[in-house]
Amino acid sequence: MFVLALKSMYNRRLTTVLTVVSIALSVTLLLGVERIRTEARNSFSNTISGTDLIVGARSGPVQLLLYSVFRIGNATNNIGWQSYQAIAGHSQVKWTIPIALGDSHQGYRVMGTNTDYFEHFRFAGGRALEIASGRRFQGVFDAVLGSEVARALGYAVGDPIIIAHGAGKVSFIAHDDKPFTVVGILKPTGTPVDQTVHVRLEGYEAIHIDWKDGAPLPGRSISPERVLEMDLTPRAITAFLVGLNSRIATFGVQRQINQYPKEPLLAIMPGVALQELWDLIGVAEKALLAVSALAVVVGLSGMLVALMTSLNERRREMAILRSVGARPLHVFALILGESALLTLAGVVLGVGLLYGFLLAGQPLILARFGLFIAIGGLSSYEFMLTGIVCLAGGLVGIIPGIQIYRYSLADGMTIRI
Amino acid sequence: MEMAIEVENLHFAWRTGMDPVLKIERLQVPRGDRVFIEGPSGSGKSTLLSLVAGVVVPQEGWIRVNGKQLNAMPGAARDRFRADQIGYIYQMFNLIPYLSIVENVTLPCRFSKIRRERAAGRNGDLIAEGTRLLKKLGLEARSFGNRSVTDLSVGQQQRVAAARALIGTPAIIIADEPTSALDAQHREAFIRLLFKECDREETTLVFVSHDTSLAGMFERQVRLADINVI
Repeated sequence: MFVLALKSMYNRRLTTVLTVVSIALSVTLLLGVERIRTEARNSFSNTISGTDLIVGARSGPVQLLLYSVFRIGNATNNIGWQSYQAIAGHSQVKWTIPIALGDSHQGYRVMGTNTDYFEHFRFAGGRALEIASGRRFQGVFDAVLGSEVARALGYAVGDPIIIAHGAGKVSFIAHDDKPFTVVGILKPTGTPVDQTVHVRLEGYEAIHIDWKDGAPLPGRSISPERVLEMDLTPRAITAFLVGLNSRIATFGVQRQINQYPKEPLLAIMPGVALQELWDLIGVAEKALLAVSALAVVVGLSGMLVALMTSLNERRREMAILRSVGARPLHVFALILGESALLTLAGVVLGVGLLYGFLLAGQPLILARFGLFIAIGGLSSYEFMLTGIVCLAGGLVGIIPGIQIYRYSLADGMTIRI
Repeated sequence: MEMAIEVENLHFAWRTGMDPVLKIERLQVPRGDRVFIEGPSGSGKSTLLSLVAGVVVPQEGWIRVNGKQLNAMPGAARDRFRADQIGYIYQMFNLIPYLSIVENVTLPCRFSKIRRERAAGRNGDLIAEGTRLLKKLGLEARSFGNRSVTDLSVGQQQRVAAARALIGTPAIIIADEPTSALDAQHREAFIRLLFKECDREETTLVFVSHDTSLAGMFERQVRLADINVI
């Protein structure tokens, strides 16, 4: 019967192929959405590690997390340098990493920080940043590039870069009077660090020293040589990461920062804020999964339609099979086996397509969204999803199977066309 | 005399409660006979053949085919009986389009172990036996190569169908208007070929047609209108 089913399907190969492809695409969509969902979570969770608190101007926890760690969105306000110094000097604070944001280079965010960043920043379960070529920044106009920035823009150590004012991809005002020099390039991390241009806080201060209220002061341009002689202590930073001596102190320090009297500040625990983010995204994720599940339903309906329309022309085939001794159950099994084969082929092709897309899309997604999609085997949940699709495909086959069973009982030996 | 088909007081309606289409008090076909059953379309010919093939059973009376009382057998047993004992030829469109010519001929052997063994026993393998039968019926399978069965002429298709009915020497060949799609010349030639093959194995041939001009070729004729008392 199996051979018969195969030959019969080959005979109708165009519909067979179209049905398999439509099932495959729906399976790819379903698994793809699931894969992106879990990998995005992994990638987000891997972005920051070992940081106990993130401190910024008072806003929402999710917003602070997004702009300080993921470079998504913008800060509403800054933190005064004195406040930062005060908290950095707290007895429980082991280290801090200041972060100044706001400028960009060709759409990549420029982050001002200090060398503590290279010492203390951790990602993906405790990995430290490593330099692929060159060195850390020392001078005011030194820049260290994330791997993706260097790769995409083709920069090497020694190249000059000009920083543009504002975070947009297109900027109308450039700090072209004070170019920076690439002194180092980081190894890939699979996190937003790859998309970031790192400079010293003093560099950030230097390019804005002759600015006021977000615009250059006319006629007061200060040359790079002169600026080095000036006091480049930052007036403000955007946020900072905090590592504590003891985790137990986290809640206490968090409360103290939140109640800091001289400035409205917000301290968040990255894990808690991330959880809040998931809760926020969860609804959209569920909607996406529901849509892709619907796509599978559509794919299987397509198979049902193809099988049902083929039944009438196949009544003759079934009568012939009956005449040579096939039982109604054989005929039923023929149709059921066909739907099972179609679904199985669709699922296998769908999984193949998924990996094809992942292989092709991995670098693109990393470049575009800073999401690192690991390509691993199917998770148990994904296996369950494909299992459900196979089962549903088998169940769908019962409908035309019963129909042909009834035909073959009613038609007997007569050929009805 | 041993009977291939015996029918007594048979009463059949397609569904209970509906008007009966067949009421036959008595019908006997001796083993090895060639019987011509004649009747206009709609007279219940196909229904009678469905009964003989064991696809349906009568509501009343009994039918015995090759010694087996079909009305007392469960459906699966009747399906096995048909696979083993009966070769069936349709009016036309006998062949399964996605199988090759020889695969069409050997199709019954997929469903009947007895016929598979008998067919393979004679020639060592099924394909050789299928090819041999086709050759007997005037078709050189090799010359058609891998051509699709739908490329064959209607006359050729009917000969493939006859070969399929004959393979593994079933006890009874049932032919339901097998010649109505053929022209007069091919009609007689086809029937003669069928006779020749049936004679060799003493196969009973039940031939149904509305075309009375063929009746003279058969040793026994039955008018369905005469035996059906509806």
